[in-house]
Amino acid sequence: MITLEHYLVLAALLFSISVAGIFLNRKNVIVLLMCIELMMLAVNINFIAFSFFLQDLAGQVFVFFILTVAAAEAAIGLAILVLLFRNRGTINVQDMDAMKG
Amino acid sequence: MTFELVLFYLFGAILLGGALAMISVRNPVHAALFLVLCFVAAAALWVMAEAEFLGIVLVLVYVGAVMVLFLFVVMMLDINLAKLREGFAEYLPAGIVVALAMATVLVLVITRYITMDAPERAGPEYANTEALGAILYTEYVYPFEIAAVILLVAIIAAISLTMRKRPDNKSIDPGKQMAVSREGRVRMVAMPSEKKEAPRRGAQGSGANAPGRDDGSK
Repeated sequence: MITLEHYLVLAALLFSISVAGIFLNRKNVIVLLMCIELMMLAVNINFIAFSFFLQDLAGQVFVFFILTVAAAEAAIGLAILVLLFRNRGTINVQDMDAMKG
Repeated sequence: MTFELVLFYLFGAILLGGALAMISVRNPVHAALFLVLCFVAAAALWVMAEAEFLGIVLVLVYVGAVMVLFLFVVMMLDINLAKLREGFAEYLPAGIVVALAMATVLVLVITRYITMDAPERAGPEYANTEALGAILYTEYVYPFEIAAVILLVAIIAAISLTMRKRPDNKSIDPGKQMAVSREGRVRMVAMPSEKKEAPRRGAQGSGANAPGRDDGSK
């Protein structure tokens, strides 16, 4: 029988893998955005699992809104990425130092 | 081991394997395709947890729209892969250590403090989409409207960010068109009347007219 821990451990492992992905691909903005999508997927799996095991639909409604906001975030993020590439010819994170931060 | 558990392990393995492949492949296009695999496996897991509507939405919205957007952007940009891969081996130990530490802590906390068995499965007459809609349009109707506004803002932001003026664009600016006055377009020229040419010399007559017109405009 599947228990809540199964889902939570799976989501925790997925989240850890995406954190490792951010460490490994720290120069490629596209893969960084994909790792963030993967993190949100792990969080959403937690929400869905709690929603099922506590028999409360509020968790699924929350996932619905997270998906909406994530889609908006991906669209704007990719638009900024295209703009960056058009203006500077690179998507290397190291080259984005115009603000001297 | 029940059939349900076998399915869970199968899809979980696909999900984790896809995630590992995504963070380690060279080509961003392959990474995007592995992310699609992750989303599909996660959608299967969501359907197993009685969230059918969101499972379908994940496939339709994420795989069908967001990941296609990712693929378009990856293919549009002409990026130097070798330069972006610099430092991959350098950060590999740090990444593995942080990920392992994080996974260990999370798994320890989860397995020690959280135990909950699955509730009774809902019968075939239960419709997840219907139940979700029933609370989404009543209890959560204001957040729903705000989500719509957020999507509108995202559309406007994405379009206004990426739209650019082309130099060879021949479209008309309505503001300039409205601001035109009669004085800017038509000039009245005082011109003395000319003697009419002889009617027989048709072709030559028009040729003789042209210098006359030039004289008049000066």
